Amino acid sequence: MDDMESGVVKKFMFVNRKAPHGTVYALEVLEMVLISAAFDQDVHLAFLDDGVLQIKKGQTPAGIGVKNFSPTYRALEGYDIEKLYVEAESLAERGLTEDDLLVPVEVLSRAEMGRLMAGMDVVLTA
Amino acid sequence: MATLHTVNKSPFERSNLEACLGHAQPGDAILLIEDAVIAALSGTAFEGKMADAARTMRLAVLGPDLAARGLDPAKVVTGITVVDYAGFVDLAAETKATNAWL
Amino acid sequence: MAYTSNGATIEADEEGYLINISQWNEELAGQIAQDEGITMSPEHWEVVNFLREYYSEYQIAPAVRVLTKAIAKKMGPDKGNNKYLYELFPYGPGKQACKIAGLPKPTGCV
Repeated sequence: MDDMESGVVKKFMFVNRKAPHGTVYALEVLEMVLISAAFDQDVHLAFLDDGVLQIKKGQTPAGIGVKNFSPTYRALEGYDIEKLYVEAESLAERGLTEDDLLVPVEVLSRAEMGRLMAGMDVVLTA
Repeated sequence: MATLHTVNKSPFERSNLEACLGHAQPGDAILLIEDAVIAALSGTAFEGKMADAARTMRLAVLGPDLAARGLDPAKVVTGITVVDYAGFVDLAAETKATNAWL
Repeated sequence: MAYTSNGATIEADEEGYLINISQWNEELAGQIAQDEGITMSPEHWEVVNFLREYYSEYQIAPAVRVLTKAIAKKMGPDKGNNKYLYELFPYGPGKQACKIAGLPKPTGCV
């Protein structure tokens, strides 16, 4: 945390690879992202593999007794977290398109995503 | 007598759906639950495999798990039935044994 | 801990935040405010109602910084600033107003 306290801004990327609701990873990362906003870092969010399902429109988990945290992704803009990236191949493999997503994102190819990740100072994948 | 197989992990992340499909016998039932429900949708990379399996086995997907993930029950692969929790119980009652591919 | 409102017992955590947001009512809000040393005015209600709307839309209690910015956007800079909000809720608009609004403690409130 020394760097954060001294005002150095690092490029952070949170990489989401897991489907929501079946495991707790998606919610845990989302909470970490919200907390990270307090440190004024350059935060990036990537959704790839099953992680793209985290921002699928129309989630209604009341029937399985789980809190619907998907609307919280729409609050990220208010936390100045606006760099959201989705991997095109991951969408296609799951029969999804950008229109199925509940927040504005930038769709990147796997190769582009890899290059973006390579330019980060800290990458956290779950 | 038939077996009910349940699969609860996404086939994009784990191999348990593949393992189940490779071992289930004709006449068995396979129910997709939790993160495995994505495999029931048409247009995914698994559509062909699911359609093949539906020719010899009874395939079902749990509706509340589809709804939780915003996945449209009207878009499931032809041959896969959407069931509710009561339907899950019926499947278990109609089969001799249950095999949960965790 | 727990509150009693209209004859019903309403569970809260050790800091006084409601366990179940759906049990909130305005009478209870007044009671929580009183425990916090706050007498609810229309200006207090405006912030509390704003927080409840925010929660209903996004399913989280906003961090103070985010709340301040969102209030400025909706009600103008006269209300969307730290001075105004801390005068209404001296121990923090996030912590106190969220508690009165029946919301959980703000995410990112460390």
